[in-house]
Amino acid sequence: MLNRRYFVTSGVLGLGVAAFPGVGWAAPSTNKKFVFIIQRGAADGLATLAPTGDPDFLRARGDLAADATTGVKLDNMFTLHPAMAESAKLFALKQASFSHALASGYRERSHFDAQNILESGGGRPYARDDGWLGRLLTLLRPDDAKGLAVAPAVPLALRGPIAANSYAPSRMPDANSDLMARLTNLYAEDAQLSALWSSAQAAEAMAGAPADQALKGGAALGQMTAGLMNGPNGARVVMLEANGWDTHFQQKGRLNAALGQLDALVGSLRATLGSEWSNTLVMVATEFGRTVAFNGTGGTDHGTASAAMLFGGSLANGGKIVTDWPGLKASQLYEGRDLKPTMRFEQFTSDALAQHFGLDPLRTRGVLFPDFA
Amino acid sequence: MMTNAAIAMNRFGLGARPSASLPVSPTDWLKSQIGKYDSKLSASASQPSRASIAAGFREYQLDRKERQVAGKGAVAAMPGDNMPQIDPAKIEKVVNALRLQYVAAVDARMDAAITSDTDFAERLVHFWSNHFAVSIDKLPVLALAGDYEFTAIRPHIMGKFSDLLFAAVTHPAMLLYLDQAQSIGPNSPLAAQVAARRNRILGLNENLAREILELHTLGARTVYDQNDVTEFARALTGFTVGGMGKGPVQRLMAQNGKDGDSQFFAAIHEPGDRTVIGQRYGQQGAAQARAILSDIATHPATAKHIATKLAQHFAADVPPPSLVARLENSFLESGGDLPKLYRTLIDSPEMWLAKQAKFKSPWDWVISSLRALNVRELPNNRQSANMLAQMGQPIWKPGSPAGFSDMTENWAGGAALMRRVEIASRIAERSANRVDARTLAPRILSTQLSTMTAESIARAESPSQGLALLLLSPEFLRR
Repeated sequence: MLNRRYFVTSGVLGLGVAAFPGVGWAAPSTNKKFVFIIQRGAADGLATLAPTGDPDFLRARGDLAADATTGVKLDNMFTLHPAMAESAKLFALKQASFSHALASGYRERSHFDAQNILESGGGRPYARDDGWLGRLLTLLRPDDAKGLAVAPAVPLALRGPIAANSYAPSRMPDANSDLMARLTNLYAEDAQLSALWSSAQAAEAMAGAPADQALKGGAALGQMTAGLMNGPNGARVVMLEANGWDTHFQQKGRLNAALGQLDALVGSLRATLGSEWSNTLVMVATEFGRTVAFNGTGGTDHGTASAAMLFGGSLANGGKIVTDWPGLKASQLYEGRDLKPTMRFEQFTSDALAQHFGLDPLRTRGVLFPDFA
Repeated sequence: MMTNAAIAMNRFGLGARPSASLPVSPTDWLKSQIGKYDSKLSASASQPSRASIAAGFREYQLDRKERQVAGKGAVAAMPGDNMPQIDPAKIEKVVNALRLQYVAAVDARMDAAITSDTDFAERLVHFWSNHFAVSIDKLPVLALAGDYEFTAIRPHIMGKFSDLLFAAVTHPAMLLYLDQAQSIGPNSPLAAQVAARRNRILGLNENLAREILELHTLGARTVYDQNDVTEFARALTGFTVGGMGKGPVQRLMAQNGKDGDSQFFAAIHEPGDRTVIGQRYGQQGAAQARAILSDIATHPATAKHIATKLAQHFAADVPPPSLVARLENSFLESGGDLPKLYRTLIDSPEMWLAKQAKFKSPWDWVISSLRALNVRELPNNRQSANMLAQMGQPIWKPGSPAGFSDMTENWAGGAALMRRVEIASRIAERSANRVDARTLAPRILSTQLSTMTAESIARAESPSQGLALLLLSPEFLRR
């Protein structure tokens, strides 16, 4: 019996081409890659990139912020969380840059509405059914417009006119190849299912060996993702999801673990991509930040501005922290409780992407974030 | 007529079973389930008590504590090395025990779903359990999730929405999941004591208050603001869980010995009147939050929110506005009477259109497959929970208090479809020697069966492949 992967890669039904509709498989022209890691649940930017140079920071957070000072001091103002040792190294190599006191245009405190805006790039929740990553694909050369989400289904951010793929590793035995071919026929007249089916088969074919292994932590996820980006047919625009940021309770240990995984993920992406790291931009962002003060349960509640991160082998702002710091005195806080946003996520993202892909900044912003532009 | 029978079974219910006869009157058959529904789960009798769950959890916490004490005592501990030597096998044993309780509860839930004759009612259980979602990625919830659905959701789905709301948000699983158990009124007697003695400030956690307003009742962007959230959080202080939390509250509460149960602990309740959505609440103690919950349960914004979610679940991702409006009116006029709401749904013409607008969630697809083949278990029974996780819908683990989405895009992914192909093949292999897909397909799908699917099944290379094609056909993947 033919192995399914062989069956797909050998192109018996020409599925390789169908996987990315309208796209040929000619040698690509730019080789530029982009990875977006969404931190779902509102990551605490004040703990990740702690403003230890602001005397009001320790005043507001007291003992609970003490371990922030044990991280790597990046400049006179900011200290990177101790769990992010790999990221600190990249910062020293000018392969990381951070932005602080940043937020999307959303000013309420619902995870779900805020993630909707962070992904859709719209001006209000549920106003759009496509996302800024999906629209980014329309700006890229056809060879580069290959989107992939490591998730069971494509998240909102990557939805758009050019179909993106999704991949999630399986621990189940392969189904037989004859059944696969018959399903292709059975779905032929069903637009939705036939599109899903060809993308499913193409993703399985691309993932190769690690597909059947259970994912353990950030390092394995990074390794597998880099594999999916490998070679001329690999994905160029990738979305990953990181969870565990909603630290209402006992923030210290939970954030330590979540940041450690994120750090390992970035490190393993870099290691596995090898020489392609210089063509790669990785962006990490969250839907909003958390309260400046700790709550009554050793955690923080939903806030407003947070931090975002960029990693890559050829960053424009490598080794820099870009911020217009608003201060943490009571009078400087948003609604008396949150870090005040002084930069927009939309601007930050479209500038970084325009720079990376060599696109016109104004047009990029207009397509990615039409309500903001 | 035949089509309506298939719609009743596949769109309202959990999927047709070959052993059941087609209902003569589909609407009467559905309505009769409201009265026949048995909230008790036969398999849940063997579920552990909350006290024993709490005991298991406390053992885990004691181990953690020993570990921390050991860490602090270590003289030359390196930074970041403050959790050294502790017998990892012991921790693993306790976590495994908690996990086994979860797996047993998942099996009980699946068993009920697969064998039920009142499967429209079972689907309502799943709908409400997901509406008031808890998630087992918090360890205390792991062992309590089954108890939550069996004791807080199941007994209340055929009553008033306000009773269901109160039961759900005060169950220990919810109090722990959304951090209410540790929320303390900053001016409560206990907080004052601790502040005086140890110079430590105890305070509020607004997580549950926010999610009740946003997700369970009024809906996001409706009639409340941050002040309402904070005021409601103050009113909710006092609701906590015995024997499972940590810190000073637990030490003081330990003597009244209601392990694993929700309780109202007056010493941590924030004193004073509260104002929520323009309404002043002068009650004190538990009565205050109860009064607020009772008011928001019947608020027009809640009626609209619930009507929309129910219509999205049963009719279409973007439900017909006429259907939503009718459900909304029913909810408002009856003060949130759930059986009336279900009858309105059954009587709505929008529910009976031939077009299959909903793509089944992994759970619905697995359950309807097992019902169709009349098998009780997935091929790998002990791991039914893992298999659902592989398809993107781990039971009681939506990862967020919003629960699993009801939108097609969240389930109709390439990778998710591949998982269904793999699982359908495995289930089909086990049933092929006793079920003929060619006769089964018309019994299950009735007039929904397309010529394309019927032909494809007839031409299959083996009985097993025929069954797999049935389970993977467009009309079986949708409802």
